[in-house]
Amino acid sequence: MSKIMGLSGNEAVAHAMRQINPDVAAVYPITPQTELMHQFAEFHSDGLVDTELVLVESEHSAMSATVGAAAAGARAMTATSANGLALMWEIVYIASSLRLPIVMPVVNRALSGPINIHCDHSDTMGARDSGWIQIFSENGQEAYDNAVMAVKISENKTILLPTMVTLDGFILSHTLERVEILEDNEVKKFIGEYHPETSLLDVDKPSTYGALDLQDYYFEHKRQQFEAMGNVLPVIEQVSKEYGKLSGRDYGLIEKYRVDDAERVIILMGSSVGTAKDTVDDLRNAGEKVGLIKIRVYRPFPYNALREALKHVKALAVLDRAISFGTFGGPVFTDVRAMLFGNGVSLPMMNYIYGLGGRDIDKAQIRLAFDSLKDVVKTGKVKKEVNFLGLRD
Amino acid sequence: MFDYDKYLRLNKLPLIWCAGCGDGIVLKSMLRAIDRIGLSKDEICMVSGIGCSSRLTGYVDFNTLHTTHGRAIAFATGVKMVKPEMTVIVVTGDGDATAIGGNHYIHAARRNIDITVILFNNNIYGMTGGQLSPTTPFGFKASTAPFGSVENTFNISGLAEAAGASFVGRGTVYDAIKLDRMIEKAIRKKGFSVVEVMTPCPTAFGRRNRLGSGADMIKQLKEDSVSIEKASSMTAEELNGKVVTGIFVDKELPEYTANYQKLIEQLQGR
Repeated sequence: MSKIMGLSGNEAVAHAMRQINPDVAAVYPITPQTELMHQFAEFHSDGLVDTELVLVESEHSAMSATVGAAAAGARAMTATSANGLALMWEIVYIASSLRLPIVMPVVNRALSGPINIHCDHSDTMGARDSGWIQIFSENGQEAYDNAVMAVKISENKTILLPTMVTLDGFILSHTLERVEILEDNEVKKFIGEYHPETSLLDVDKPSTYGALDLQDYYFEHKRQQFEAMGNVLPVIEQVSKEYGKLSGRDYGLIEKYRVDDAERVIILMGSSVGTAKDTVDDLRNAGEKVGLIKIRVYRPFPYNALREALKHVKALAVLDRAISFGTFGGPVFTDVRAMLFGNGVSLPMMNYIYGLGGRDIDKAQIRLAFDSLKDVVKTGKVKKEVNFLGLRD
Repeated sequence: MFDYDKYLRLNKLPLIWCAGCGDGIVLKSMLRAIDRIGLSKDEICMVSGIGCSSRLTGYVDFNTLHTTHGRAIAFATGVKMVKPEMTVIVVTGDGDATAIGGNHYIHAARRNIDITVILFNNNIYGMTGGQLSPTTPFGFKASTAPFGSVENTFNISGLAEAAGASFVGRGTVYDAIKLDRMIEKAIRKKGFSVVEVMTPCPTAFGRRNRLGSGADMIKQLKEDSVSIEKASSMTAEELNGKVVTGIFVDKELPEYTANYQKLIEQLQGR
């Protein structure tokens, strides 16, 4: 039986953490994540969790403490945003390389400079090659659900990789929504107890983590990470199904919204999906054949699911809430293009960069993206591939 | 009347600081000190990190650099190395300078580079909502320590002194006139100088610990302040909970950029 509550995105994820009841959590403030750990610290002080809470002195220490605890066999968590994630950087790679199934909520915020505390995806985009699983959330409900599922995904014996569960800063983290919370014991049963095969505290089976690994075996270890990442997508689908049975919410890898007979489709991630769904409904009411695809799991990239979903589409626009300097368009656009190229899907594509540094996106802007695809459907050609939405000239 | 306006970016006002915050008192004190020295605005580079105090660089009409959390002193070191003739001032807080940026703080003191650090100590991370900082007193509440801190604190001035700074002083926003003189001396000093200013945060620290309004907290600072001279004849027990104010260190020591220049001249045979 689930309970319905009015929660901000940060509070929803804090409740997920309360129910996950990690052995160790490292805490350091950064806007807009701060309230998430405040809420968790309150649960801790109220005796609602058994967690050892460590109030560290920087994000670098937060991720280090989390890695140390995870290597010692604990279920360990921390949370951060933007520059906090950037400061964690070297240990972000170490967490995935040591195959530690850490779950970390990241409240998406622009990565300075100039200094900006509002939402875009530039922080987690930087970590897309770091060997972490990345799951994006459309709303507070998904952020909660993703956090719970992430534990089970990361700790799967064929994976053992860390997961970032992202939610858009302020737009989700600070907005009150209706959120369904599972019963504590349902979550406890769903994620199960964590029994790592090796740990630093297992004195009967001594192990070492992070030892010097040069030309002899380093390459093989990277290959193992690569293969573990290859195991992730079916496990996510399986965990999502199980979670669906429990909660009624089975999300899968991507969400297709009115795509089946659509000619023009947009792809996007995060909180703007809600606005885009409304726009699709408006255009559908006006008789236009439009739809959208929400990417939920961004790393590993859901190639097959996307390719399958796009087969019949005539024109596509990818909306990126991040910019990638010196490549061809935003990161999601680049991935989608790479996925389609050479796979028999010839699909004209446009890229729209939007919402950097918290710039608001509204239905008019999304409509503009759909409108610009009309000409592409007609001619089969894209005049200008990389474009901006809601930007001053 | 002192003309503060000539040092301010008036289009950036009003300040973001809360009612009752002491940071504005430090800002004005610093401007008066700079005015007494007679520095032109172009001769000053002011560097800040992240936090309430660090917002100050947005308001002053000097060369300003607003950087990342904890790194202001590292950025300032770069500025000073390239422009040793410039007066480089860092504005920072207890969380910024002694937690996430603690390493830079002690190493700049060890190197004794000619930078003046004005460190706003409000005993808390104010901007992010009252998390425990390295100066939150034992037993006091913070948003991440709702039942009180169980950690020991840093003596910020003591750290700089032990690490080798040329000038170390502690003042309060109650004694603003004394603070002017202390900041003036710190800026004039050739070497690493620290002025630790005790300033109240009624919003994130005072409210949670029932310390009253900003004015109440400033009055309390007055009550708790003890001069170095007086403190020297007090027992540790008597000093418990007191704020010792005054100049702890004021000495002439070899300065880093000067030493560096000497080495260059020596190697170039000049």
